Amino acid sequence: MVRDITLGQFMPGRSLIHRLDARSKIMFLIAYIVFIFVAKNYMALLLVTLASMLVVLMTKIRFSMYLKSMKVILFVVILTGILNIFYGTGNVLWEWGIIKITDGGIHNAIFVTIRIATLVLISSVLTFTTSPSDLTDAMERLMKPLTFFHVKVHEIAMMMTIALRFIPVLLEETDKIMNAQKARGADMESGGIIKRIKALIPVLIPLFVSSFRRANDLAMAMECRCYNGGKGRTRMKQLHFSVIDLLGLIFSLIVFAGVILCNIYFSSVIR
Amino acid sequence: MAVIKAENLRFVYGTGTSFEKTALSDVSFEIEKGEFIGIIGHTGSGKSTLVQLLNGLLKPTEGKIYLNDKDIWEEPKKIRNVRFKVGMVFQYPEYQLFDETVYKDISYGPKNMGLSEEEIDEKVRKAAEFAGLKEELLEKSPFDLSGGEKRRAAIAGVIAMDPEVLILDEPTAGLDPLGRDALLSQIQDYHDTRKNTVILVSHSMEDIARVADRILVMSHGEKYMFDTPENVFSQGRELEELGLQVPQVTKIMLLLKESGILISQNILTVEQAFNEIVNHLGNEGV
Repeated sequence: MVRDITLGQFMPGRSLIHRLDARSKIMFLIAYIVFIFVAKNYMALLLVTLASMLVVLMTKIRFSMYLKSMKVILFVVILTGILNIFYGTGNVLWEWGIIKITDGGIHNAIFVTIRIATLVLISSVLTFTTSPSDLTDAMERLMKPLTFFHVKVHEIAMMMTIALRFIPVLLEETDKIMNAQKARGADMESGGIIKRIKALIPVLIPLFVSSFRRANDLAMAMECRCYNGGKGRTRMKQLHFSVIDLLGLIFSLIVFAGVILCNIYFSSVIR
Repeated sequence: MAVIKAENLRFVYGTGTSFEKTALSDVSFEIEKGEFIGIIGHTGSGKSTLVQLLNGLLKPTEGKIYLNDKDIWEEPKKIRNVRFKVGMVFQYPEYQLFDETVYKDISYGPKNMGLSEEEIDEKVRKAAEFAGLKEELLEKSPFDLSGGEKRRAAIAGVIAMDPEVLILDEPTAGLDPLGRDALLSQIQDYHDTRKNTVILVSHSMEDIARVADRILVMSHGEKYMFDTPENVFSQGRELEELGLQVPQVTKIMLLLKESGILISQNILTVEQAFNEIVNHLGNEGV
């Protein structure tokens, strides 16, 4: 069912990674994504992958949870991998009509697969180890400079918090309504695409209605507690940079230097 | 003849994952045609799981359910027919209303059954009457109704399928006392007129004591007791240990009995208690 998806689920813990400041975690994630795409040869890629694995191990979350979040995108990874085999240039290894496989293509395929897998792995670290409220809080802080351009940073962060908060509620609600309509003989498993979309109407309308009702209630409750936007709002939980963040920064710099060095000393295998 | 027969039912949520949880284990019982059954149990005792198994929304991990002596999962493709025969009203059913008018919403079930226009019309009007919905409400939008009316419309939507067995999960939750009483009487009328089997899941012991022929007590996913209200509620102590209560009036009468005042039988309703006390005082010569 929809509920089995682990992608983006917070798992509380006390590991070093958990204790990193949420802002640094977001910055490190961005940095690692850049590293992954800067790496131009196997040595550099290996270095980034190993560094990511080390971080994953440090979270002390069972690896099976990561595998689960990978499973969701497995299809995408395999598909892009296979497509890349046929789109490379370089020495032709095998040819059949217009389809040809080149060594460049194979390198591309391997690279793309490892890149996406590492990407998901390292992104999961962020969502697994950071509570949604810390995450949106950190995003609000990081986006603060944008207020200069009249971007409503606080409102965006608040919307994200609320949206994240209501995902499980809505999933449960969908389940309930689906069961209720199935009990009245709704048939959602058979028939053509048009019939199936039509069969969803009795689920979607009650879902919309209750979402609006919930939104209304929530807005009312927030106003009752004198919520009026981000201006002058103080926080119960302050974010603090600490020694761990400094260590993280040093570690990331080392990885970055390593990737650059590998790129310089070994020849690039992908274009 | 038993309408529903459950044999060694076992149900496990999330089989094969780390969240595996046994919701029901080894539950067996028989329900006779035309009976009014009450199901009680603390939160998480497996009541809701059990009723969802009965109409084929969940498939038992182990065990069999027979509807009129036929295994309901014999042909998984025809499970919809079972759902038409075993109507299920969920908790807060008003949140399932979706169509433009109350009439159209009630006709959703019968339409899924593939009935003709005339049959649908007849069933919808009859169901609305049984649920106590006024004729003029049928052309209104379900979202314009009051809370109580919405609930009635949703219940009518299930009754309209003319099920042999009607299951209601907490139908009176969130209604005011007047609305509760009215709805409960309506359900009782429905049972008396149509002679259909009704299964009522409730937290309210008063409600159950008033209407049920037999009561199924669930505890920690197991059948704890399945007996007449008199026998079930005579075990006040045991029920309290399960986190359940006997009806207030029964409790008072049990206390009177324990304090030495002779009360002959188990009392389930206020009227019975009244008569009993009057009798008793009469015997004492007061």
